[in-house]
Amino acid sequence: MSNPSAARAKPTCFQELILTLQEYWASQGCLILQPFDMEMGAGTFHPATTLRALGPRPWYAAYVQPSRRPSDGRYGENPMRLQHYYQFQAILKPSPADILERYLGSLEAIGIDTSLHDIRFVEDDWESPTLGAWGLGWEVWCDGSEVSQFTYFQQVGGIEVELVSGEITYGLERLAMYLFDKKTIYDLPFNRADSEVPLTYGDVYLQNEQEQSTYNFEVADTDMLFRHFADAEKECQRVIERKLPLPAYEQCIKASHCFNLLDARGVISVTERQSYILRVRDLAKACCEAWLVTQKEAAPGPSKVEG
Amino acid sequence: MAELLLELLSEEIPARMQTRAADDLKRLVCDGLKAAGLEFGDVRAFATPRRLALVVEGLPTARADVCEERRGPRVGAPEQAVQGFLKGAGLASLDQAEKRDSGKGEFWFAVIKKKGGPTAEALPGIIDKVMKALPWPKSMKWGSGTMTWVRPLQSIVALFDGKVLAGEIAPGGAMAPIRFGDTTRGHRFLSSGSIRVSGFADYVAKLQAAHVILDPAERKKIVLAGAQQLCAEAQVALKSDDGLLDEVAGLVEWPVPMLGTIDGKFMDVPPEVLIVSMKTHQRYFATTAKDGTLANRFVVVANTVARDGGAAIVDGNERVLRARLSDAKFFWDHDRKARLEERLPALKDIVFHAKLGTQADRVTRIEILADKIATYVKGADSAQAILAAHLCKADLVSGMVGEFPELQGIMGRYYALDEKLPAAVADAIGDHYAPAGPNDRCPSAPVSIAVALADKLDSLTSFWSIGEKPTGSRDPFALRRAALGVIRIVVENGIRLPLSHFVKSGDLLEFLAERLKVQMREKGVRHDVVDAVFALGGEDDLVRLLARVEAVQSLLGTDAGKNLLTAYGRAANIVRAEEKKDKTLAASIAGAPEVTLLEQAEEKAVASALHDVERALGPALKAEDFAGAMKAFAGLRAPIDSFFEKVTVNVADKPDLRINRLKLLNQIRATMDSVADFSKIEG
Repeated sequence: MSNPSAARAKPTCFQELILTLQEYWASQGCLILQPFDMEMGAGTFHPATTLRALGPRPWYAAYVQPSRRPSDGRYGENPMRLQHYYQFQAILKPSPADILERYLGSLEAIGIDTSLHDIRFVEDDWESPTLGAWGLGWEVWCDGSEVSQFTYFQQVGGIEVELVSGEITYGLERLAMYLFDKKTIYDLPFNRADSEVPLTYGDVYLQNEQEQSTYNFEVADTDMLFRHFADAEKECQRVIERKLPLPAYEQCIKASHCFNLLDARGVISVTERQSYILRVRDLAKACCEAWLVTQKEAAPGPSKVEG
Repeated sequence: MAELLLELLSEEIPARMQTRAADDLKRLVCDGLKAAGLEFGDVRAFATPRRLALVVEGLPTARADVCEERRGPRVGAPEQAVQGFLKGAGLASLDQAEKRDSGKGEFWFAVIKKKGGPTAEALPGIIDKVMKALPWPKSMKWGSGTMTWVRPLQSIVALFDGKVLAGEIAPGGAMAPIRFGDTTRGHRFLSSGSIRVSGFADYVAKLQAAHVILDPAERKKIVLAGAQQLCAEAQVALKSDDGLLDEVAGLVEWPVPMLGTIDGKFMDVPPEVLIVSMKTHQRYFATTAKDGTLANRFVVVANTVARDGGAAIVDGNERVLRARLSDAKFFWDHDRKARLEERLPALKDIVFHAKLGTQADRVTRIEILADKIATYVKGADSAQAILAAHLCKADLVSGMVGEFPELQGIMGRYYALDEKLPAAVADAIGDHYAPAGPNDRCPSAPVSIAVALADKLDSLTSFWSIGEKPTGSRDPFALRRAALGVIRIVVENGIRLPLSHFVKSGDLLEFLAERLKVQMREKGVRHDVVDAVFALGGEDDLVRLLARVEAVQSLLGTDAGKNLLTAYGRAANIVRAEEKKDKTLAASIAGAPEVTLLEQAEEKAVASALHDVERALGPALKAEDFAGAMKAFAGLRAPIDSFFEKVTVNVADKPDLRINRLKLLNQIRATMDSVADFSKIEG
């Protein structure tokens, strides 16, 4: 294994953190994918995780995913909370025996020296009700700060996985705040301080947080969103019947985001909430089942895998 | 005699599962050894965040062949019995069994030969079985495998008598089997490479050299001693927390306590908030100053020895705590901008239960109840009880309780004090969830009592009204706890509350009675005494009920009481025997005996003693002087004894006399039963 931390100096800004993680996971044999071009609540929703976690084929991938959680918006006033933020996600399927060592290598790469810091694996079971997915794993703490989540997927779309994926998620803003010792997200250096045009995270995203929070909580057209939810649901079901799990799943992602916006607008009551979650889960399940069929049909049998 | 050493190394095991897993490992291995007919000595099991380990001492290196006979069913028994016998004995067919006459007919016998041989050959099978049976609360698959364990299993040390056992565990899929070996790993960061061990003592020593303390008890000691020393140097005292200590000992293999400082700007936030935030989010211990108030130092237990002596670790932990407490301080400052009253509308949006409406509906019910209950609580101002009930759930929609649900009530109290509401109201808001369990503090201030009772009685009656009653193992709404809370508040404060005014369902009253019985039994009150008093029925005043129980129990503790019980038993037995023979008798012997029909001096004496008892009993019962009532009974014993010596009850030729004497006996029974159903008392 090459050691990419030797190749690249420790990151000093947000974008170098991303570049370092990409280089590191590329060196571990991961595909470096690009963000999925739709609004989603977390990197797990990317088909590269949700769908690829199912079926008999090995899959190593890593990518940044912009994530939207409309109800987490704070109009740019909360130093730690955003309605739009970035996750870096690595998925290794099947999980190799040395996955924790590889993960710890990524911490070294981004500048966390384990001879100076206290790394802890604290129990944290993961569950996504909308994806019908769960797994076991940990929150990883560095000196008491959560720096990543680590999950071994057991079920996705209500289906027990055939090969277990090890999924590593870095909440990039929080991790950067720890690494660069900043009290607010908006003070994070986005690029290097010695750049020609040095900018902070706030320079890039503060206005977006303010406007999007207003939109999410006050402006979004709820009638339209209800309609879009219903349309996406219908379209998803229709496309599944045509045995096209990938486009169907995009409709599921769309429905999920509509639901998140409606939830932020406060127009979904507590009792309705559960039923909307179940409706999205039903879509996710159907997409996963359809995907699995295509995998089994096309699979040349699992290629040589260790782990 | 030889030693077995087993170590199961895995990725990090959740702290809360470790103790139980070590116990299960020990139990299962012991069971396995016993089933294999192996004798053994001391067995110990240990857990760290990454390993379960077990040592068995005093195992024989070989077992002799054993021959065991098992009797089966009678020859010609039904097929099912025969099959069961064959299966149990491990036989394929009856051809392998023998017919023998046992003297009581012909039976099938199985002769089971258990091959002995080296213990080392039996152990791998036992280990394999134990691993399959070990009940993790949650377990998982990994890689391409099919086996499940709490987290991925990495290696197994299995040494018997210093030699590696032949065996392996196959995780399945494309994964290589995990062979039993003699190597393990030390601390994740403070040790590298594998460690070869030759036996338990060597294992413990080498682990220690590789920065792993195997025994959780020892890790706890190190944490505690280290923390206390740091605290002493800083002139503060460690706030002990056994639950936290257990958890912390399960998060580290090499505990290194360190002392950090809470930023002074957070010290005006209520201490409960700081403590909960430090404990639940960060697993830090709080400390107190000399005067008992929260000090600005905390103890964090690291899992490593850092190059810089821990400066960076303390700094990092102080930073993360600052961020956490900024959140808490934000809530504290922000929450106080709205008065509790202003939060109430938001309770209309919180569904308490689909069939029971919102929290706002619940508050309305609690207000009404608290008002009514206050009239029964000495010193409780009804207006204050209503106000406290009115505001008791308001903190549920505060930012702080949203973040830390365990601070419900506690924050309401602080916010009420901040608004300058009367202290009794604020305390009642703070106390109204108590007692949370049998060891929790029970409210004792009058207004607190009224609101705490109202909260619990509302839960009980509401859930009962929609048919949500606790069943054997299911009690999702913690109704048993609510019932126990009602009982404790009423009894410990001596509240004369007529429960039937508040609880209309007989079934719920019965449930409360059952909880009271359970609680009294746990306190060592005789169960038959409890039953005797409960059998009277119609008692909804728990204080009076307990006074009765106490009086009966103390009466039965005296010789006079025991003899009286014997006399009661004789009287009751005769009446019961006669009633059995003649179904119409019960009606004709009800009421007092005819004075004119009393013939012998002994029966007259009983009648007059009964008369005296009744005269004393009425006022005593009315005054709830149960000890006095018991004393009155004492005069009964001597006359009854002489009555049974001299008087024949069933005089054959004088039916009127017989009936009158039965009336007399029946009256003894009835009089005594007015205090407790003595027939339930076991002699």
